[in-house]
Amino acid sequence: MNEIFKIIAMILIILGTLLSLVSTFGIIRLPDVYTRNHAASKATTLGIMFILLGTFLYFHYVHGHFDTRVLLGIFFIFLTSPVAGHLLSRSAYHSGVKMWDQSVEDDLKNAKDKVYISK
Amino acid sequence: MSFQILLNVFLAWIWMFLKNDYSTNSFIIGYLLGLMIMLLYRKFFNERFYLSRVIAVASLLLLFLKELVLSNISVLKLVLKPKLDMRPGIFALETELTKDWEITILANLITLTPGTLVVDVSLDSKILYIHAVDIQEKHEAIESIKNTFEKAIMEVSR
Repeated sequence: MNEIFKIIAMILIILGTLLSLVSTFGIIRLPDVYTRNHAASKATTLGIMFILLGTFLYFHYVHGHFDTRVLLGIFFIFLTSPVAGHLLSRSAYHSGVKMWDQSVEDDLKNAKDKVYISK
Repeated sequence: MSFQILLNVFLAWIWMFLKNDYSTNSFIIGYLLGLMIMLLYRKFFNERFYLSRVIAVASLLLLFLKELVLSNISVLKLVLKPKLDMRPGIFALETELTKDWEITILANLITLTPGTLVVDVSLDSKILYIHAVDIQEKHEAIESIKNTFEKAIMEVSR
């Protein structure tokens, strides 16, 4: 029984590490702020959640220690990281960061209520 | 909804007093009996029976987790593809949701959807501006996903 949960925790932690690695590659490779934000705000969220879940399972089933703080950490990261991604791209747009030159359309550019963009 | 939950806890307390047994087990039994009584008398509440709303919240949470995994697979594909042939762009989406918390949940769901990220919400909070990684092929699919999300959120708030 212990061995099974050790293997599950191992798989989860390796998956989380791989996801974080791929998200780092995405930040290096992708062309502009917004596409980089896609990689950063999604892949790292699930990566960290997987790593924390693996840690939780390992300590619960192998050492018999039920740590609720890890579960709370998963919950908080799940709630806050999409908001952080949204705020980063929003402030980038409003401070005038250009999109990639192969971008197709931009509905926000001719939106009516851009009162707070004073450019 | 909160009134119905309070009433249910109150009925469970009455059951505990009737039995003169103050353990967790008798509280649970009283809660289940109170649930059945409230199910019988659900016509007299102004709102609908609260268990259906609890089920709607749970299904919304499952939707969140499913979308998180799907979006990670799409990001993996995007990053590891050898050619950068995507066409990003920002498009506008009109939403029917009105309350602030509903729009917040919708924006969070969209941010966790494959290939989309909310950039801005208009001042009257009727239009969401969404940055999409691959805009031309996904327009239709994304709209349909939005409809399922909006429906799931309305199912909770209705």
